[in-house]
Parts: sequence; C-alpha cells; structure tokens
Amino acid sequence: MALESISATDTVPMRGKSVFGFLISSPIIAGASLCLLLVIASAILAPLLSPHNPMEMVPALRLKPPSADYPLGTDAFGRDLLSRTLYGGRISLLIGLGAAIISIVIGLAIGLVSGFFRWADAIIMRVMDGLMAIPAILLAIAVVALSGASLQTVLIAIIIPEIPRVVRLVRSVVLTAREEPYVEAAIAMGTSLPKILWRHLMPNTFAPLIVQGTYVCASAILTEAILSFLGAGISPETPTWGNIMAEGRSVFVIKPSLIFVPGFLLSIAILSINLIGDAARDALDPRMKQREGGR
Amino acid sequence: MSNGLTADGAANVLAIDNLVVTLGQRDDGPRIIDDISLHVGEGETLCLVGESGSGKSVTSLSVMGLLPKRVLRPTAGSIRLVGEELRAASDRRLRELRATRMAMIFQEPMTALNPVVPVARQIDEVLRAHTKYSAEERRRRIHAMMEQVRLPDVPRILASYPHQLSGGQRQRIMIAMALILDPKLLIADEPTTALDVTTQQQILALIRDLQREHGTAVLFITHDMGVVAEIADRVAVMRNGRIVETGALKSILRSPQEDYTRKLLSAVPSLIPRPARAHEASPAVLDVEGLSKVYRDRAMFGRARVVAAAEAVSLQLRKGHTLGIVGESGSGKSTVARCIMRLIEPSAGQIRLGGSDISFLSRRRLRPHRKRIQMIFQDPYRSLNPRMTVGETIAEGPVNFGMPRADALKQAKDLLRLVDLPTDSVARYPHQFSGGQRQRIAIARALAMNPDVLVADEAVSALDVSVQSQVLDLLDEIQKRLGIALLFITHDLRVAAQICDEVIVMQNGKVVEQGPAATILTQPRMPYTRALLEAAPGRDWDFANFCPVAQGALRLEPSQI
Repeated sequence: MALESISATDTVPMRGKSVFGFLISSPIIAGASLCLLLVIASAILAPLLSPHNPMEMVPALRLKPPSADYPLGTDAFGRDLLSRTLYGGRISLLIGLGAAIISIVIGLAIGLVSGFFRWADAIIMRVMDGLMAIPAILLAIAVVALSGASLQTVLIAIIIPEIPRVVRLVRSVVLTAREEPYVEAAIAMGTSLPKILWRHLMPNTFAPLIVQGTYVCASAILTEAILSFLGAGISPETPTWGNIMAEGRSVFVIKPSLIFVPGFLLSIAILSINLIGDAARDALDPRMKQREGGR
Repeated sequence: MSNGLTADGAANVLAIDNLVVTLGQRDDGPRIIDDISLHVGEGETLCLVGESGSGKSVTSLSVMGLLPKRVLRPTAGSIRLVGEELRAASDRRLRELRATRMAMIFQEPMTALNPVVPVARQIDEVLRAHTKYSAEERRRRIHAMMEQVRLPDVPRILASYPHQLSGGQRQRIMIAMALILDPKLLIADEPTTALDVTTQQQILALIRDLQREHGTAVLFITHDMGVVAEIADRVAVMRNGRIVETGALKSILRSPQEDYTRKLLSAVPSLIPRPARAHEASPAVLDVEGLSKVYRDRAMFGRARVVAAAEAVSLQLRKGHTLGIVGESGSGKSTVARCIMRLIEPSAGQIRLGGSDISFLSRRRLRPHRKRIQMIFQDPYRSLNPRMTVGETIAEGPVNFGMPRADALKQAKDLLRLVDLPTDSVARYPHQFSGGQRQRIAIARALAMNPDVLVADEAVSALDVSVQSQVLDLLDEIQKRLGIALLFITHDLRVAAQICDEVIVMQNGKVVEQGPAATILTQPRMPYTRALLEAAPGRDWDFANFCPVAQGALRLEPSQI
C-alpha cells in the first residue's frame, strides 16, 4: 500500500470549489455579472421603480425631454420612456430565459435518444438538418403570421431553430461518453437503458449545456428585439425593447434616446450574458483550463 | 563506463548536478525534482527507471528546455551538455541545440509527428532549419539515415503520411529524425512502451546499434525493468523526484543497495510459469465454441471490405481456473472478451455460460445471465463513473437485480474490506483514489454481482509494477476464496506466467496455440509463440531473485515442427 501513494496525486482534478466561482474569476467577468444582475433586478422591480404606467398615453406630453416627472422623457404617444424600458426588460429576459430552458430540455431529450439509439439517430438528425436549413427570422415571421403575435408564439418561433443546435451538442457528448468503459460496465451489470441514459450519460452534458444555454439566451433576446423592431413580434403597445426602438425610428432625429436607451440596455445584457458564457466554458472545460496554465 | 561517475564534465556528454525543479512561481514551492545529479558519458546508456509520478519525464524535459513555462521551473543546480550550461541558454540557443546536440524520441510517435505532412518533408525540415546542405545533399542524407534505421522500401515510406505507417515504422522515423544531425545526446522517453513486444525488441536493438556506430550518449527513460536489463549500461532509480540509487546495470540487478530498488525488482513478475495448481476436474462454467466476429466496411460503391477480428475461437474455462489470452495488439484478444461479455455482438459461434447459450439472446433475455459474468477494464481512470460515489458504483449492479439499496450499500462496505480498502470509501468519489485503488474498486464492483466468471481485459497493464503485483495477488486470493473462474486478457507474458493455469495464444484473430501455461510458456510448439517469448525483454534475468534465470528453467527447445 505504501507504494500506491506515489501515483495517488497524479491526475486528481480540482473539485469542491463552488460551481459558480467562475463568476468572479476576473474583473471583466465580475463586471459582466454585476451588469446582468442590475438588468435582472431592474426588470423584476419594474413595478416599484417605474414612475408611471408604461401603457398610459398622455397626448399633451408627447416627445418631452427629460424632466423631474419623466426622468427620460416621453415617446411619440406621451408614454414614459423609463417605465417602458424597465417593463421591456421583463419581456426580454423572460424570452431569453424561457428560450434557453425550453430549448435545452427538449434538445436534451431528443439528443440523448439520438446519441444512444442508432436506429433513431439517422431519422432525428435528418429532421434537425431540415430545421437548421430554415432561416430563423423567416421562420419566426411565418409562425407569428400564422398564429398571431403573442408572447407564446414569439417564444415558440425563437425556440424551434435553437433546438437542433442543442440536439447536436448533446448527441456529440453522448456519442463520446457511451464508449467510456464505465458505461460498458453498467451494461455488463444489467443496468436498464433509461437508467444508463439518466445516471451515466446525461450528467456529461450538463457543463456544455450551461454554456450553450447562455448563448441561446443571448440570441433569443436579440431575435425577439429584431422581430419587434420589424413589427413581427409581440403587439406594438406592449413595452419591449424592440418595440420601443421600432417606434423611435420615425422620430429618431427629434428624440434619439428612444432608440439609444433600450438599445444600450440590450447591448449590455447580451454582452454580459455572452461574457459569462465564455467564462463558464473556460471554467467547465478542463481542456481550456490546461491551455491557460500550459504555455 | 566508470568515467560517467566523475563530475569533471570532460567525458560527460550530459551532466546534471543538484537540479531542483519546483512547481509554480515561488522558489519555495513544492519540489517536483529534488536535488538530483546524473551523468551520461559518450556512448553510454543511462536508464532512468521509476514508477509513474517519480519525475522521470520532468527530468528529461528540463534537459530539453521543454518544461511548461510558469508551471515548472528549474530553481537550482546545473544541466550541462558537453560542458555548456543549459539553464543559462537563451530560447534561441536551446532551439539550435535541440536538433544539433540533443534530440528526443517519445512514447507515442503518432502525436510527435505532424499528421498532415509526408514524413520525408518532416525529416527534410530538420535539415533545412539547421544546415546549409543543398537539396541533393539533404536527399542523400535522408536516404542514408533511412537505411540506418532499417526501413524497407524507402521511397514509399518517405512519401507516406504518419497514419499510413505502423507504430514500429513511425518510431523508426522518429529515430531517424532525431539522429540525422548526429546529436551527442539522445533522450528516449518510454520509446517502446506503446509497441508490441516483437517490435519493441527490434527498436531496442536499433537504438543500441545506432548508439554504437555514432557514439551517442543515451538517456533512456522507462518503467519496465525488462527493458532496462536489455539496454542499460548504468541505471538510476527515481522515486518522488529523487534519485534513490545509481549504479552499473549488473550491480543494480544483482545487489541493489536500497529497499526501494529491491521492492521494485521483486515486484517484476517472473517469466517462469508458477507451479501448476492442483485441480480436481471441475465443471466448465464458460464454454465458447467457434466464436467469430467479422467487421464489414459498408462501401457505397464497390465491394465491402471484410475484416475478421476473431475467427473460430474455442475455449473452455473451468470453475476456479484462470485462462489467459495473450497476443499482440490487433490479435483479437479483446474482441473475444467483449463478445463473451456481449458488449459487441458476435457474428457466429456459441457462448455457453453455465450451460445456457447466451451468444444470440436478445437484450431482455440476456439480462438475467449478466450477473454471472462480470468484467474488469484496463483503464481504472475511465472505468468508474467520475460523478458517482464509490458506494453507488458498487451497489449499482445488485440494485439492478432487485436488492434493496440499503442492503446493497452494506454489501459494498463488505466488498471494500475484501479488496483492502477502508469501508468509509463508499462516500468518496473515484478521483480521490490512486490508479491501483480504483482498480480495486472496479474489482469490488464486479464481485458485487457474485459472478461465476470474471473477465479481466488488460486489468493490470495500466498500473505500476508494484501496484500490479498487489492487484494480481488480490485477484489470486479472491479466486481461492470464492472459486471464481478468471478469463485474463493480457499482452504481458510475465503477468500471464504468474496468474494463468491455461493459456491461449492469439494472432490476427486466430488461436495459434493453446494449453497449460507451464507447457506453452516453456516449450512452445508454434514459431509465433516462440517469437513472442524470445522478444520478452529481460527474459534471461530473474529480477525477483536478483540472479540470472537458472539454466534450463526457461529453455526454449528447438522447434519441433
């Protein structure tokens, strides 16, 4: 036994640290986390922070500059820009989070089946190839045109093109993991297939899925804003960042803040989410860690 | 040879004095290499032996100046190559020295060669970077070098990409690249570990011959005592970053001074088969007949390529016996094991497990038979799920067959005791254990099913020799206590000699020879088996008894064919 201790410390990976420790790993990531936190907080606390009802139109006070009563001024219908922006954040984050979670849950299920069962693989992957061939925005416009503009339809329209990406990711992880000897050992022990999928294969997908989730989240927020801006999104009276910008387009020369304020928040939110996604990938992918420490 | 012991630097090609390598940025960080001194003289081979993690490779990388920067740093001592201090050398000077004065060959030539460039261009690059030879002169030199490393059909090989060559050929190319500028020092880091024994024998002979012709100093790193006995002039034993003992080959093998060296040598299994065990005629628990596995490369056009990984293999395994399947890589031994486990589907044949044929049962019909045959895998770092505790891992099988979880966990503790691990290991994760301990966990997991047959696929090949002998002892004891039949797949004849009652020798998917281990390993009838035995490194030396193998104990009688 004494001799065994020689090789004991070779490849022991770092464990025990909090999974979310990477959020404060560098000043930039910490800044991004803080920005995202502020955006989320402002969206959640929108009813408390907003000085006005975001839908309330005051025709007498159209396109007013910032004042004590209207900190960011008003839009072309006399609605408070600050209130609308805060409420718009709610929709954006809801879409981002919803798209990430739903596309991952669906994609994970399909990907696991596709990666483990050869007979299903060919069919599923061809369907996914087909889905990926459809331009996302075009599909979204079609879905919204068919079933009317609402939060659900926009969400569905955004999720559909994201699913194939998640499926491919999960499938590739499962394809590598199923060759691992511990999976073969489980087969030899008579472990049932659902249990092998659940206990031995699925945990391998978590790390890449967290990373993918952040990217889905960011792109969903962006897609929603684009759809609203194009007028194919959630109905125009609902405050969303895309809608505010779309309405601001015609009065850009008079009141550019209608585009700049929600645009700025949109950029900050997406930049923060992407930075956090990169940090998560570095923290969760051991190969990236090695490269950092290596040369 | 004794001039290597003096530190005056004149006769030494390589002189390492009081070298310290520390981990991390701080000078007082943990010492990976702790105050070692080594000297290699002209035309001399110094073997650096030690178990994994002993610092052998770090030593060689320090000499080459290839330590990962900012992670490992030499902090004290000196490394002199033909008198020149390497620690003071600039990166540029080191680059120059690396081709002209010192060269290195690695364990896995596939990763050291560029996969997308033909080998001729790769050798040519070395010449172009460091010499001013004309194209014609370079071509001439490359061809001469290829002759020297005894590669056949030189034009074809030079035009090949690395993946089109065999492991042995690739290693010869690496040697050609390393020696083409006639360096003073050659560092060989486990250059034959990934090769089959017969290829290993040729490469060792090649290194020895080239060294003699060129007068190169060789620093040869290995964990294999057999290889040491074949190639070393002097030996340095390393452990935990320190040199335990240095001495001439014969004196180390004959009269090691240090306990650790003695322990290391005694752990080397002997090639002389252990005395046959007395066996009453017990019933066959596993009976395989005409097992074949054929792979078809489905081609869209033209004819499909058919490869027989195993052809008409028949074997019988009795209760309490150990049957070894030996052979080189690609011989089909693992294919047979995996077919028997039904991890891959056999193409033909019968696999009778305790009387019932399981070869073509459906997944569901097979399930009840699963618990009677279990497997131990080669790589203990990959055969345990890193995200499951040891207890859950061991309990998984019994729970599958309806044992309540609490009972299964209790049984897991008993099994851990059986394999000499503390019972509180149940709550820990695999990464908290060493390789040998993990292999014990894997054995406990297999035993949890209370199987009749245990299939061990290279189960000790990834372990250091001392750990290897412990795991072999454990398997032996478990077999005695539980009467399990063991199907033991290995490429290592030494291991086979120590554990097997019967042996099957395989080559290219076919059984070459089969019979009692004592007969096959001392009086082989087939040329292939003889070749395997003759290639086993250090076969003339009985390491555990510190003396040459007694005359006649391992005689290879002239072939009877």
